[in-house]
Amino acid sequence: MIGWLRANPDAFLDALLQHLALSVSGLLIGVALALPAALLLARRPVLAEWASAGAGVLRTLPSLAVLAALLPLLGVGFTPSVVALALLALPPVLLHALVGLRGAEPAAVEAARGMGFTPLQSLLRVELPLALPQVFAGLRTAAVQVVSGASLATFIGGGGLGDLVTQGMALLDIPQVQVGGIAIALLALATEGGFGWLQRRWERA
Amino acid sequence: MIELRGVTKAWPGGAGVQALDLSVPEGECCALIGPSGCGKTTTLRLVNRLVEPDAGSIRIGGADALKQDPVHLRRGIGYVIQEGGLFPHRRIGANVATVPALLGWNAARTRARVEEVLTLVGLDPARYRDRWPHQLSGGERQRVGVARALAADPPVLLLDEPFGAVDPLRRAQLQAEVLSLLKHLRKTVLLVTHDVQEAVRLGDSVALMRGGRLVQHAAPAEMLAHPADGFVAEFLGADRALTRLGLFRIRDVPRDAATVAGEALPEATTLRDALSAMLERGVRAVPVTEGGALTLEAVLRSR
Repeated sequence: MIGWLRANPDAFLDALLQHLALSVSGLLIGVALALPAALLLARRPVLAEWASAGAGVLRTLPSLAVLAALLPLLGVGFTPSVVALALLALPPVLLHALVGLRGAEPAAVEAARGMGFTPLQSLLRVELPLALPQVFAGLRTAAVQVVSGASLATFIGGGGLGDLVTQGMALLDIPQVQVGGIAIALLALATEGGFGWLQRRWERA
Repeated sequence: MIELRGVTKAWPGGAGVQALDLSVPEGECCALIGPSGCGKTTTLRLVNRLVEPDAGSIRIGGADALKQDPVHLRRGIGYVIQEGGLFPHRRIGANVATVPALLGWNAARTRARVEEVLTLVGLDPARYRDRWPHQLSGGERQRVGVARALAADPPVLLLDEPFGAVDPLRRAQLQAEVLSLLKHLRKTVLLVTHDVQEAVRLGDSVALMRGGRLVQHAAPAEMLAHPADGFVAEFLGADRALTRLGLFRIRDVPRDAATVAGEALPEATTLRDALSAMLERGVRAVPVTEGGALTLEAVLRSR
């Protein structure tokens, strides 16, 4: 294993950077879609119900199934992989944000309205700040799922650490498979730990 | 002043308000009471248009409230809800500065006003300004809620069960302090409560509602002495005569010149407490610190 790493440092670094690029792009796009959607839906209970149900379904679908389903639509490569990962990131952020926004302390929201906040001011200055812990929890879940999901991008030619595993399998190069697998696992753990640390730090602040 | 005329609001489930006429003169406090679901909170929320009426007119300080932009209207009306409804993510100073910020006051003016209103409600600005709501007691949060409602100096305040979350020992003192402050500032106040004692102690008038209608609107002593019907009498309680004595003090009734033995009561004592002292001592008269004596007959004649 160490031997494989010593022999192929560039291949490993490439795969790792690709993996990170996939994950960060997918996560950012997913959040950029999910947060505004949650803000738009927060005051529309019926639509929010539907969106939650839809997000729930999307969350249940296995990542590999999503990748495979997108293949005929978007083809292969980096971009379709990012789209698939964004779809993976969307449900947890949307669901958590909706729960947070709709659960924001009713007395504070009532007071905001009664003192003359416009609905938009109340949403952005009261409800969203109060929902932030939930939003962050959603972000953490999404990040871990995206980092794990990115290891499947290799199946549609998206690259990443998954490549080390699939190539290793094809070549029956067990050390390479091991390096890929362990790197994916460590990256997922680091993501979980990193976001958890941020969350605790921020809650204490 | 606040003036509701023929205001009607129907909810799908019932329990709205029907053809309500209610006016609160400038500088006075009207306490809205009644059983739950009687429409008292709906009435309060109609005034700042958190609830839109189906029919009727609402005037505040002579201006038609229904013709104004509701957001603009609300910025000109103080609003205090149970527990204060403080924003948990903002420090006390920022909470108090809420309406000035909405109105676009500059930083210096806002800061000065925050200090002023915190002092008014009995909180030291230097100690409280930078604290968080969760670091305060229920009573302190309530004071901040009142300070926040006063920040932009609105002529009218709406208080929705403002003392409900304060512990009973401190409640009476907080009530007295807040109401004397609002009186001193000449605010027109509409107060919702389910507590008869609170209503008669705080209200210049008491408005009793039932099933969306106003049953009786009168000065507290008047309502306690002459309930309009059996429902009012029952709602005010079998001890309403005692409650009424609680509204008068020894100084309000004629005293006897006779010298009476026993511990003297100050003339600020309520007749209710004086009567209780007579019962406790088994006597028909108690001495008054400022001179003379209060007799049982004087208490009986006060009705």
